[in-house]
Amino acid sequence: MSEAYFRVESGALGPEENFLSLDDILMSHEKLPVRTETAMPRLGAFFLERSAGAETDNAVPQGSKLELPLWLAKGLFDNKRRILSVELPKIYQEGWRTVFSADPNVVDLHKMGPHFYGFGSQLLHFDSPENADISQSLLQTFIGRFRRIMDSSQNAYNEDTSALVARLDEMERGLFQTGQKGLNDFQCWEKGQASQITASNLVQNYKKRKFTDMED
Amino acid sequence: MFCEKAMELIRELHRAPEGQLPAFNEDGLRQVLEEMKALYEQNQSDVNEAKSGGRSDLIPTIKFRHCSLLRNRRCTVAYLYDRLLRIRALRWEYGSVLPNALRFHMAAEEMEWFNNYKRSLATYMRSLGGDEGLDITQDMKPPKSLYIEAGCSGAISAQPATSTSQVHLNCNLHLPGSSDSPASASQVAGITGPVSKRLWRI
Repeated sequence: MSEAYFRVESGALGPEENFLSLDDILMSHEKLPVRTETAMPRLGAFFLERSAGAETDNAVPQGSKLELPLWLAKGLFDNKRRILSVELPKIYQEGWRTVFSADPNVVDLHKMGPHFYGFGSQLLHFDSPENADISQSLLQTFIGRFRRIMDSSQNAYNEDTSALVARLDEMERGLFQTGQKGLNDFQCWEKGQASQITASNLVQNYKKRKFTDMED
Repeated sequence: MFCEKAMELIRELHRAPEGQLPAFNEDGLRQVLEEMKALYEQNQSDVNEAKSGGRSDLIPTIKFRHCSLLRNRRCTVAYLYDRLLRIRALRWEYGSVLPNALRFHMAAEEMEWFNNYKRSLATYMRSLGGDEGLDITQDMKPPKSLYIEAGCSGAISAQPATSTSQVHLNCNLHLPGSSDSPASASQVAGITGPVSKRLWRI
């Protein structure tokens, strides 16, 4: 039980990410399509196919379509859209929203972008006219999928769960693991192991790794 | 794109299984700080050019670099902070002496932080429980069962008592820890005879 390690939780589902959360940093690294509203000089080196060349100061021309990480898009975005305007990624658009409303359980959310809910929630910052529909879609998708996640996490004891979590996004995987931990703790108590002194998980795992280091 | 090295640091930490402390990536951190320095200097020169040379079209570029600087800062601070959280957990899981291999994974400043944390914790524990202090890092699990061990420290006179009077005892209350055996409880409370019928009203 490495219960003494309390990492900073993700805040992505709320109004703002948590500054120190590793999960939020990873989530905000995912890319989304943007369109530049003004030329950006001297940055052409990053976007070689779009760059206007040395004559225009190696600029990224106005009106280019780029894929930027969320953190950058958030930083450069403002209400007047002076620097860039943001497009919605496909999975948050009308087409996919209909698919989710039909049956949310069949979708592989891990492939769709492993931080579907977190990224979708932070997308709402960009004041798209579809914001209300996006937030409804996120909520209803989760409601549709939650039951299965809860059931499978509470009933898969001592098994290989990779098939169950393969199509879950990161937030759902966290939920699944919480459920598994509850199940394991309960089983442990039922077997009467709760009052036995055991080596902490942290110490055990550390020793396991040391073995493989010695073999190298 | 900027901040790739910073993301590598974050991913390395995220990959380490729950609570494990990987080696301190001094080289990676140095590269991130160098990138920040380069970004800052480029921005400085562009700001001067924008002001004096009237190149206001540089402003989006300056903003771009500024966002990258903030991102690098965030990644660095989150990396160092998460490592400290893991190091703090080590005190509770391993005790105050860490294995050598783990110590090699820590930077000198992190070792210093660990020692300061140890000291704060020790001072706090000494302030608890009267003179001897209380080691709160032991007995982290709740007791197996809620017996109370009560021991008599004084003699009891065997005077006949009326049915309504009570005999007062000086007792030391002691809760058995999760590893103590239940047999000891009855041994400690070894008072038998007619006195015991009326006694256990504490």
